Formats: sequence, C-alpha cells, structure tokens
Amino acid sequence: MRPFGYEAATDTTSALAAIARPEAKFLGGGTNLVDLLRLGVETPATLVDVTRLPLDGIDPTPGGGLRIGAGVRNSVLAADPEVRARYPALAQALLSGASGQIRNWATTAGNLLQRTRCAYFQDVTKPCNKRDPGSGCPAREGDHRNLAILGHSQQCVATHPSDMAVALAAFDAVVHVVGPAGARQIPLADLHRLPADEPWLDTVLDSGDLVVAVELPALAMASRSAYRKVRGRASFEFALVSVAAALEVDRGTVRDARLALGGVAHKPWRAFRAEEALRGAPASAESFARAADAELEHAEPLRDNGYKVALARNTIVATLTELGG
Amino acid sequence: MSVTEQVLGGPVDRIEGGDKVQGQAKYAFEYEVENVAYASLVVSPAAKGTIRAIDTTNALAAPGVLAVLTHESAPELAEKDGELGVLQSPRIAYRGQIVGAAIAESLEGAREAARLVRIEIDEEEHDVVLRSDHPGLYKPDQINPSNVTDTEDGDVEAALRSAAVTIDATYSTPPEHNNPMEPHATIAVWDGEGLTLYDSDQGPYSYRGIVAKRLGLEPQQVRVIATHVGGGFGSKGLPRPHVIVAALAAKHVGRPVKLAVTRQQMFTLTGYRTPTIQRLQLGAEPDGRLVAIAHDVVEQTSTLQEFAEQTALATRMMYASPSRRTTHRLVRLDVPTPSWMRAPGECPGMYALESALDELAIELGLDPVELRVRNEPEIDPATGNRFSTRNLVGCLREGAERFGWADRDPTPGTRRDGRWLVGTGVASSTYPARRPPSTARARREGDGTYTIELAAVDIGTGARTVLTQIAADALEVPLDRVRVRIGDSAFGQASVAGGSMGTSSWGAAVVKACRMLRAGGDEVTADTSEEAEAAGQEPLSKHSFGAQFVEVRVDADTGEIRVPRMLGVFACGRILNAKTGRSQFIGGMTMGVSMALLEETIVDPQLGAFVNHDLAMYHVPVHADIQEIEALWLDEDDPHVNPMGAKGIGEIGIVGAAAAVANAVHHATGVRVRDLPIRPDKLVGRLAG
Repeated sequence: MRPFGYEAATDTTSALAAIARPEAKFLGGGTNLVDLLRLGVETPATLVDVTRLPLDGIDPTPGGGLRIGAGVRNSVLAADPEVRARYPALAQALLSGASGQIRNWATTAGNLLQRTRCAYFQDVTKPCNKRDPGSGCPAREGDHRNLAILGHSQQCVATHPSDMAVALAAFDAVVHVVGPAGARQIPLADLHRLPADEPWLDTVLDSGDLVVAVELPALAMASRSAYRKVRGRASFEFALVSVAAALEVDRGTVRDARLALGGVAHKPWRAFRAEEALRGAPASAESFARAADAELEHAEPLRDNGYKVALARNTIVATLTELGG
Repeated sequence: MSVTEQVLGGPVDRIEGGDKVQGQAKYAFEYEVENVAYASLVVSPAAKGTIRAIDTTNALAAPGVLAVLTHESAPELAEKDGELGVLQSPRIAYRGQIVGAAIAESLEGAREAARLVRIEIDEEEHDVVLRSDHPGLYKPDQINPSNVTDTEDGDVEAALRSAAVTIDATYSTPPEHNNPMEPHATIAVWDGEGLTLYDSDQGPYSYRGIVAKRLGLEPQQVRVIATHVGGGFGSKGLPRPHVIVAALAAKHVGRPVKLAVTRQQMFTLTGYRTPTIQRLQLGAEPDGRLVAIAHDVVEQTSTLQEFAEQTALATRMMYASPSRRTTHRLVRLDVPTPSWMRAPGECPGMYALESALDELAIELGLDPVELRVRNEPEIDPATGNRFSTRNLVGCLREGAERFGWADRDPTPGTRRDGRWLVGTGVASSTYPARRPPSTARARREGDGTYTIELAAVDIGTGARTVLTQIAADALEVPLDRVRVRIGDSAFGQASVAGGSMGTSSWGAAVVKACRMLRAGGDEVTADTSEEAEAAGQEPLSKHSFGAQFVEVRVDADTGEIRVPRMLGVFACGRILNAKTGRSQFIGGMTMGVSMALLEETIVDPQLGAFVNHDLAMYHVPVHADIQEIEALWLDEDDPHVNPMGAKGIGEIGIVGAAAAVANAVHHATGVRVRDLPIRPDKLVGRLAG
C-alpha cells in the first residue's frame, strides 16, 4: 500500500498552508486524479481537498462578465442560464465532455488541470517524458494517431484533453490564482504550456498556486458561438479535434471572430492567425477555409495523425459556416 | 394455451434477474472464504528474453506480505508447456506474461508487493507485427476446432482467368479483446489434496479436467464453482494462467487465495482475437453466378502454443461455386496467445467474404441481396451433405422486405441529409449448430417440485432461465415447480458455454433426464453421449443463417459514422426464450458495429506491447451510437439438431454485422475501407464535400 495523507481545507488560507507540504496536491472532484493514483501515475504524499472552499458561485462581474468559482461542478456550469444564453459554446463544450456522472463531480479548476490521456503517460510500465523525465517518448514512433499536430516537441506529443478549456480559451477567459506571493491573473490561453524541453510541466502555475476562479469577460459575439467536437463514438470519448468559435458578421463581412481548437496540441489552441485572417473577410466558406489554412499551415503532423489537419480544417469551416456563413 | 406452449419460447424473465439487480447474485471474487489471502500478479516488462535475476526482498519486507512466487519458488507443475505452464521457467514469451505473484493479507498489500518486485531480464529482439510477407509464415497441421487447414476444389486459377468479372481485395482486422464486464477472477481453496475453485468461467467441468492435469491431480480432486459469471465472450472458455497461479499460491501459503486479473492485465492474460489479413478473390459470370472463390488467410499465434483461428471456414460452405480455395497461414510472434473471441473464425472470415461479395455486386451492377440468392447452394459445398435446414434466402428476403430494401438506389455516395451522407448495406450471417454431449440429473422432490442439476453455466446469456423452461416443458409442469442448479463441476460432464452450443448440449441432457424421470423413479441421471455421437454421424450439415441490414450516416466533413438503423433476421431453429433470445441477437449485432467502427487493440512494435489496455481507450459503442436496432427470427423446424429444435444463437448476431456496416459506409460515401475499424481518420479528406 502506498499511504497518503488527506486534509480537507475550509478556506484559501488553510489550503495554501496545506499545499506547502512536500508532495502535496489539491483534490477537486478527483475524476482524473483518483484514476491516476490508482494507476500509480500520481503519487502524492498528501491530498488537500479543496471542494469545501466557498468557490462554488457563478457571479456577474462589474465589467459585465461572469466569475466562475473554481469549485463549480461542470454540470452546474453547463446548466447555468447565463452561460447558456451568453456563452453557448461553453455549455456545449461542457456537455460534450465525459459522462453525466463525471460532470456532476468534476470541478472547473480540476477540468483545466486534468492531465493528458496519452496512453503512454497513463501506463507506468512504459517510458514517458511527461511522467518520468528523460525516459523518452515512445508515442513519436508508436501510437500517436490521436496526439498533437501543433506545438509539440521532440520530448512530448501529448494533447490537452479538456473541452471546457477550449471554449474558455476562445472567449479570452482569465484564471484567478492565489499563491504564496499573493493573487494574480493569467489569461487562460497562457495557462497551459507547450511541452518544449520540460513536458512534465502542464501549466505555468507554481506548485503552491491555487486556482480560485475563472473569469469570462463580457463578449457580445459569444452569444453567437458554437462548440463542435469530433470523435469516433457519439459520447464518452475525448476529441479527435474540436472547435470553439464565435463570429460577428455585419452585412456579409466578418467584423470579429474567436476561434480555438482542441485535440491538436499540449494546450487549448487559440487560433489567433485564423482570427486575424477572418477579420474583414467575407463571411464565406472560401474565407473560412483560408483562415483555417492560415492556422494549420504551421501544423507538423506525425506519421499517423496527418488526418487531423484535414479534419481541423473541415471542422473549422463547418462550424463557422453554421455560425455565419 | 397449454402449459407447454406458454413455457418454451415465451419471453420469460431471467430467473436470477432480481438477485442480480439487488446485488445478491454472487460472482467468483465475492465468495466469503475464511482466512483468505490475496494474490497480485507480477508481469514481464519485456516482450522476449530470459529472467537473469528476480529480487523479492523489498516485496517480502512490505507489510502483510506472505510470499512472492517466482519461477524459482513456485511449485512444479505436471505440465510445463504453453500459456498454462506459469512460473516454470525464466523464459519470457511476451510482454505482460506472468513472472511472479505476490501474496498478502490484503488486496492492496499484494498489489504493492507486486510493484516492489525487481526483475532483471536479458532482453532479446522481439517481433510482434503480423504482415502478409512475414518470413516465418507456416501452414498449421489443422485449424480450430479440428478442421483441415487448406481446401482446394476445381481449378481456381483457371476459373478466375476466364471469369467475366473478378474481385481481388485484401481485408484486414486488428487484434481485438473480449472485455467481459466481470474481470477474470478465482478463489483457490485447498482441502488436503482436494482443490475448490470459485471461478469466473464458461466451463466449470472442462476447467476441472484441464486444471487437474496441470497440477498433477485426478479430475475428481478438483471442483470448479461458477454460479454467476459476468460475461466471457470466449475469453473464459479455457482456463487462463491466473487460475493456475491462484492454485499454486494457495498451496504455497497454505491458505485460500483470491486473485482477480486487472482490466489492464486482461489485455495480455485472458486471450484476444488474432489480427487477420485476408485476400479474397471472386470470379463470376455476368449473371452473378460464382465460378471461383479463393480465401487466403494470414494470422498470428504465439511462441508458447499454437492457436489457428478458422477464419476461412465459413467460406467453404456459404455459397455455391465450381472452384474454391481456402488457406490459413500462421506466424509465431512474441505476443500473447490468441484465443476464442465472439464467433472465432466465422466473425472475421465473414467480414471479408461478405465485403468482397458487396464489391462483386457493384462490379456486376447486381443487387447484393440478389447476388447472394443466386449463389445459394443445393447442398453443403464443404461436405456434399444436405443441410438439415438452410433459410438464408428466407432471411434475406424477409429482411429486405422489412428494411425497405427494394427502393434502394445502388449508386454509392449520392444520398445526403444536410451534412450527412446516408447509405445502407447488407451481409449474410451463419454459424454452425454443434451439439456435444452433456449429462444432467433430475430429481422429484417431496413437495411436487423438481430439481435439475448440471454443470452448465450462465455467463449472462439467460441459460439458467432457458434450461428451466426446457425442463418445465419436458416435465409438463409450470416454471415455478422447477429449480435448475448449474455452475458446479460436481454436477457432472457438461459442455462449455461457447460455440453457441451450450443450450443445445445442456438442453438435450435436461430433456432426456426429464423424460427418464417421467418414465419412473425419483432421481435419474441422463447422459447424451450416444445421441450426440449419432447426431454427429448423420450425413447432414447443420448451421444457422441470418441476414444483416444496416443504415449508416457519415458526416461529410469529419467522417464520423453513426448507425441510425439496423435489422437482423435469423433462422436458428426454435427460439426458446423470446426475450433473452432477442438480447443475444442484438447484443451480437452491437458487437458487430463495435468491430466495424471502434474496436482495435493497438500494437507498439518497438515496445512489443499493446498500447491501449482499458475501456477508456479500447472503445465499444455507447447507447447514442445505435438508435434503432431490431432482431427477428423465422420460424424454423429442425428436428435434427436436438430435441428442442434449437440451433444456438450465442454468436450468429455478430457474424456478418461488420461487413454490413462496412458495405453501408461504402454505399454512403463511395469509399471502401478494407481495414477495420472504419474510423474518421480513414475517411476524412476522401469524402465529397
């Protein structure tokens, strides 16, 4: 048996004190962490349960946005009337993830901080630079059909599995963090890292940091947004490719756009190049395709995942067409 | 309505259904045994080599650890070869092979101790990839269960040369894993020289003999109890190595030992379907009549023992043709030994044959239902015998009528519903109706009830319920007057729950026992050896048949495939329980969709390992994947198969289903994917926008 300590924090202060212990980890819904404990991938000395912190509100902000508590359950967030009306892609993304039972338990911060589902990462009998630095990345030559096409490195070709984070990245969400040095804010699109030479680091957070909220800014065009998730079976599968998009069209011309991709990189991939290409372009399938190409020309597919380039392109075009073509 | 008519064939609820939903039905691992210890397996991290050293120091020092068995410390087996020759040698034949077992006071302690065992291996270069040009390909002496490896009738090459239309296509299927819901589990309890196993398996009686032989015991020294089993799909048809480990571990520590295989370990230790590479050549006259069929199969086995899947067997009897060749070639790889899985042989073989037939129909410009009807044989081409009953044409016609096939436009890739491309496909289905012997005991109780005992096993199929119906029918009493006890090798010789022959074999013994009891006495034992042998010598071919119809929708942008509609029509003799029978059929059909679209165990050539090894990564359909699924059956009176007239329905539902899906995908898209599963990555970029 590998014993570990368990402590239930009741406020931010006690949570930060507890996480300062050696090899301590925060426990939210546990829908990924507990699996990884069972698999031996995660071996914390202490779990600090943060689900009793008063972080379960969804509140309007003075700027007209929404502040989502880190402990808000995925199913609660998906059902929130404000979210459904003003950020439909976020509700759709949440509902496309996992199963009803898991969504009832998974938290907002936990969803953001879940680990990759790369098969090698999850199997302690196999090498993996993310789990065991320096051991190698067998996925590069082995099974990578569902791994990254953008931003990967020699060290790691894993993808980030979250659907929710893709929609949040598209909407310029900001992550509120408190740590030993105080509070700070991180744009969601900057929260997750590319693997580079340190694939064991998923995010820019320090080990003593606690995510307390995610703030959605006011974004009028988000009320006309969509999340499209492509997968082999109809439910309960991570995305091959996903697209979160919002479009503002005026008399046939794209005024503004938000676009993010899931299933293609080590982080939710905000498609800034595609957005740039869309602004001022006619709202047509042709310009949607050109925008997709502007983003995807930087793709570096591996031996068996080149299909994701065509899949992402088609899905971007289909989603934008549905929104405003 | 007489009692008899009510009882047999009716939609009788599962007798143990209430127990199961209330958690009262006891599965192997749940038996409470005094003083029990737990075992956890240590498995090889390398695919090939020899163990140089195995260090159990840390494991033995862990709290609550009783022992660690390795090849150095394990008791000697009477037979040391093959998959069941566990812990008898330092040689490693595949990654994940059992190289040790930690035994502790708790399950958690055993798992941790297993993790602490250190193994040093002199690794050798491994080879785990099946390919059709592998230099190690060889011709096995026979294919399963006992068929000739190759057949050749007429001059196939000449017929192909002169045929008006030919098809030459190669189809491949990946390794697939059975994945029953209940993992394989055993509790081994020694009492002196006697061994009792509470086990999750498909054949308590056959397990008894195999386990006894390995351990150097007499069969009567071993008792195997399998009261409730949560699925097997072939993977529990033969004892797996963990059963022997549990027995050795219990012997070694002098206490009962519980051992459950983990889901991850099930991907190496409990069998799987071999990958197949199948070349199909068909030659036909312009009217569709076949003049040549060639089915050449390449598949794998392990270095430990041979398993020769009978992939082209159905091709020998399915359609008429003056010339025909079937061949099977194997290669021994550094992999776990393949085993039985969901209609072994017929399932992968009919995927290829029925896909090729669809390609031929398109080449001929002939309706695929009509093509099959035109090639209906008068007699069994494999044996020259008559069929006891053969209603393939009836199934095709009835299915076509009900599915609305007549209006089908054969042109591929032309029907759209928004972004969806829509298509339909058909395939034939077949499975042999076998009937091995079984024994059964029938007893008249003092209170007007009857007890039937036999070593049958209900792996979730409804066997217990159907046997109760059969007994009530034979005794002409209401169902609630009959109690059927199964799942215990002590009840005597009985067939395994496999090969779609359980009900046929067990039911015949139950009927015989009940008839004997009605003739006199308070307790009788029936043995159907003579009847089974006589039936085997009849010059008749006995098979079930069916037809599968599928509608698919393929997203033109993404290649996502969904199945809105599926219909199977089957002719399997008499259906004994309309409710559990329907479940068997649609369960098999769903597994066929699963095979066509999702199931694949991925091989990593460099690590010599399976990559995906849990249900998060090895996918089967969810409810949302299949909307409308229905199974129907034709009334069929076949007195030759057994006294019930039932041919067995456990496996026919999956046969042909994958081909019907693949054919529908082609009809929808115009793209023919010949290597399963058909996933979005194989379609995207190839579809008409």
